[in-house]
Amino acid sequence: MANIEMDGKALSVPDGSTVIDAADAAGIYIPRFCYHKKLSVAANCRMCLVEVEKAPKLLPACATPVMEGMKVQTRSPKALAAQKAVMEFMLINHPLDCPICDQGGECQLQDLAVGYGKGGSRYQEEKRVVLNKNIGPLISTDMTRCIHCTRCVRFGQEIGGIMEMGQIGRGEHSEITPFLGHAVSSELSGNMIDLCPVGALTSKPFRYKARSWELKHTASVAPHDSLGSNIEIHSKNGTVLRVVPRENEEINQCWLSDRDRFAYEGLAAKDRLRRPMIKQNDVWRECDWQYALDFAVHALQALKEKHGAQQVGALATPQATVEELFLLQKVMRGMGSDNVDFRLRQSDFSADAGLQGAPWLGMAVAEVSKLDSVLLVGTNLRADHPLLALRLRQAAKHGARVSLLNPLDDDLFMPLAAKAIVSPAAMAETLDQVRRVLAGETVSGDAQKIAANLQQGESKAVLLGNLAQHHPQFSELHSLAQQIAAACGAKLGFLGESANSVGGYLAGALPAAGGLNAGAMLNNAPKATILLGVEPEGDTYNPAQAMAALRSADLVVALSAYKSPTLLKSADVLLPIAPFSETSGTFVSTEGRVQSFAAAVKPLGEARPAWKVLRVLGNLLALDGFDYDSSEQVRDVALTGAVSVKLNNTLKTLKPLSKVTHGALQRVGDVSAYHADAIVRRATSLQTSHAAANNARMNGALLSSLGLCEGVLIKVSQGEGSAELKAARDDKLPDACVRVAAGSAATATLGGLFDEIKVERA
Amino acid sequence: MANEVIFHSIHLPESWKLENYLKTGGYDALKKVIAEKIPAEEIIAQVKTSALRGRGGAGFPTGLKWSFMPRQFPGDKYVVCNTDEGEPGTFKDKDIVRFNPHQLIEGMIIAGYTLGATAGYNYIHGEIFECYERFEAALDEARAANLLGKNILGSGWDFDIHAHHGYGAYVCGEETALLESIEGKKGQPRFKPPFPASFGLYGKPTTINNTETLASIPYIVKHGGQKFLELGKPNNGGTKIFSVSGHVNKPGNYEIGMGTPFKDLLEMAGGVRDGHKLKAVIPGGSSVPVVPAEIMMDLTMDYDSIAKAGSMLGAGSVIVMDETVCMVKALERLSYFYFEESCGQCTPCREGTGWLYRVVQRIEHGEGRQEDLDLLDSVAGNIMGRTICALGDAAAMPVQGMLKHYRDEFEYHSKHKKCMVSGV
Repeated sequence: MANIEMDGKALSVPDGSTVIDAADAAGIYIPRFCYHKKLSVAANCRMCLVEVEKAPKLLPACATPVMEGMKVQTRSPKALAAQKAVMEFMLINHPLDCPICDQGGECQLQDLAVGYGKGGSRYQEEKRVVLNKNIGPLISTDMTRCIHCTRCVRFGQEIGGIMEMGQIGRGEHSEITPFLGHAVSSELSGNMIDLCPVGALTSKPFRYKARSWELKHTASVAPHDSLGSNIEIHSKNGTVLRVVPRENEEINQCWLSDRDRFAYEGLAAKDRLRRPMIKQNDVWRECDWQYALDFAVHALQALKEKHGAQQVGALATPQATVEELFLLQKVMRGMGSDNVDFRLRQSDFSADAGLQGAPWLGMAVAEVSKLDSVLLVGTNLRADHPLLALRLRQAAKHGARVSLLNPLDDDLFMPLAAKAIVSPAAMAETLDQVRRVLAGETVSGDAQKIAANLQQGESKAVLLGNLAQHHPQFSELHSLAQQIAAACGAKLGFLGESANSVGGYLAGALPAAGGLNAGAMLNNAPKATILLGVEPEGDTYNPAQAMAALRSADLVVALSAYKSPTLLKSADVLLPIAPFSETSGTFVSTEGRVQSFAAAVKPLGEARPAWKVLRVLGNLLALDGFDYDSSEQVRDVALTGAVSVKLNNTLKTLKPLSKVTHGALQRVGDVSAYHADAIVRRATSLQTSHAAANNARMNGALLSSLGLCEGVLIKVSQGEGSAELKAARDDKLPDACVRVAAGSAATATLGGLFDEIKVERA
Repeated sequence: MANEVIFHSIHLPESWKLENYLKTGGYDALKKVIAEKIPAEEIIAQVKTSALRGRGGAGFPTGLKWSFMPRQFPGDKYVVCNTDEGEPGTFKDKDIVRFNPHQLIEGMIIAGYTLGATAGYNYIHGEIFECYERFEAALDEARAANLLGKNILGSGWDFDIHAHHGYGAYVCGEETALLESIEGKKGQPRFKPPFPASFGLYGKPTTINNTETLASIPYIVKHGGQKFLELGKPNNGGTKIFSVSGHVNKPGNYEIGMGTPFKDLLEMAGGVRDGHKLKAVIPGGSSVPVVPAEIMMDLTMDYDSIAKAGSMLGAGSVIVMDETVCMVKALERLSYFYFEESCGQCTPCREGTGWLYRVVQRIEHGEGRQEDLDLLDSVAGNIMGRTICALGDAAAMPVQGMLKHYRDEFEYHSKHKKCMVSGV
């Protein structure tokens, strides 16, 4: 600790901290623009100049380390004069167009100008004008407002892992710009909007929608991945107008992925279901709640009586709240059925019997930043878990060895210590090689390197991503990862796919007594099936099969926020429910953190929170124990006892490695980031930002062996389903693999994510 | 004492060739260092004794700078020569590289030896390509003669020098911007600390010296620091090359002892052009405050004397102005230079240099206002001392100097909308 004096106050501050850190800790405000606690120090705005005793010049507080006995004055006449002078320089070329600037009301320049600026300007010359840049559908630019703090530039270099913005030109001609002709494509780009202290970079979807002071702020939790990022929903007149990060150092720090930030546009999609609907004689018509519920209940009971409880089942999206998942399984079990599941994209359930708890990250999210060595198995990390990728990038920056075993080799923007890029069919075998090396055998190639990296360092982890969890040999990958983790002293973890991938287990929304799991139900649907937030064409392992299965059911009661075309085809009753922004609820994140949130706005139209719908359904079915007054009551019943003891990644029984046979070509079906769930699929700006995702990628060797070239239209087919896509070349893909991302309408007709696929010229 | 240290071989035809440099005792210093295995401490002590001060403009004692280098630090360390001579009025370093490149190379090798460096870089200004080629040719000669490269003179010690061609940005003469530029980045000064001695080129300990500074090292090693000191005056050792330009009959480079009276230098340069009288001198390059003739004629040419008169010796670039010079027009040109060359990184310089230029331009073009003089002074003062590097100061000092000594000319321009000197 160093003892310093600041503005006459004696302070004791940690060694190595800067003057601005010390001031912030002591509640002394030093004005600043370029300084940001999560970015490197640039010291270029010069706003934080302070007077330090014995220093000949004023020093920037952000870049000046404290020293024992230092005496700092932040508001001495000299310091204030400098701060005011810098403010004057800041403003001479700034357009001062606050009345038409979206940043108005939450602008650092505006705020500090009140404290340090003058009423009028001494600058009588013409002001500089800088042309705006089109950097894509998410960020709007007004570059004349830029004060060149370079926060956006440093964000790209240091946090995003890819420098997409830079400063070109000199002096007054300096401009912050993306690479010529390029849009910003980082999955974290929206953070630059928060970082920009002025109105140079603002949110394009939010542009001109509202003034910051008109917005109602509601604390909430992001539902699009399993991290549980803390967000603040900003709404006006009952409409969600934007989402911004709510700082939580243990989870999302001050960041937010673009998916979590911009997906809110999907909440106001045109096909939101506003009133209950029933299908009679193949004709859909709207009706009131009473009628729809009576219809559903009678049909359910009739089918149950006719075919038995075994022919009643329920499927839920893992994006549903704990309360919803709990009540859904309670309805099922009340009806005497064990057929309930939320693991819609999982294809191998054979490890279920060996599970001893809910699979989870295996550690706290914050620990990921401190790992020394990590093996990632089967993940499209930046797309599926953008902020965990950021954490790992931080770890890699500090020397962590990151290894990858994957069918994809998309750039993670971090150095990889070792990698094995193999076809999905070869993943388990390669992972087994790693296990064998750790058991003392010698194998050749990448597995050896991966194992060597896992043998180094103290804090280690083997993490299974979405691709591994969807994989047809998931139980084998799980078993092998467990053995590897045990052999090298690593933690075993799962990168949970969705907001309640852990919560679903805790709520008991999966079969416990021999009931049908999601795979079975989506293959051969029970005669009466309830869907909670499920869109079979985008949310399942095998969309073609799932849609066929649901169409063959006698009754499908769909609780949905959207009136999607496939539900109109396969369902019989549509009950409008509220998405996360319109209901209270709880998510249990991948680290096992229970986070409840309140509704930000009222449900749209006649939509109701799903927990209330399920409560009424329970009552109408004359089931016991559905007298809840609030979602909190439901949660307290659903999550009794400590969560931590219910988390467990260890299988009781290991599954041996099987020999796999597969067809000539295998599909690599990752789920594209902006098609992961029903909300984000409808977020228009995100959709345009990555419009090119709908293609079939394969390496050059495969392209030429099929007599294809890049850009041609091809027909890919799986079973009876087929899709016409553009062929694209990606030489990083393994041989005999065709990467066709799932989740979008273009590929909804296809089959299993990792099943055989055929390719021919269209 | 003229041409004692650096231009000693300039009378020879093709003085830049290795054979001619060797004829005048070239590389003797290096051979002595290698043969006698002179300890680094001793070389640094000699450089300290010599009172050699940085010739690039700041005048920082070279021996002291060398002592900051963590010589025992394991891994790569670098010596960097700053030949990024780009300030209006400066033209000495290009002549050193043109006429005596081997002495610079010898100085760099000795510096590399002394500082434990693994490689040297010479950053050559972008607008003097001819010098770059000559320097490369000299490097080839030195390598062929085993004076540079692997196992220098059989010593078992390896050291190589790379020439790096800049692109002409003035700011790259600032040592940390220069390092950034070598690294392939945009030439922008780094915030200091850390200083290059601990975090320099590619993050490694680095010592950066001016061309003339490094070219002075062989003399110091060969003849001892004391002899070098005696060429000048206490605290201002050695000879210095003065680049005299402007209204003199014989503009050019003059290597003379530190402390030589200005009037002697003016005489060497052929005096003020015929029929005119001295009005003012900018003694150290365009970034330093102007000194009126009557003060200048009493000064000696060394760091301390010029500093006492409120200006700086800088790089020894003496711009001589006779009575026909309009100071408003002169300042307009100078301010334009700094406006154009500001790197744009930090606020006061990026915004302030343009402001200064536009106001001076307005005054020069008959659109000045009475309050502009105070405004100029205030804006310059607001830049001074508040920027990351010295370019902000360099832009502000000429303005403040001109206003201090020639305020009447600016007032006249503003009031009468015409020039006091030319009458139009």
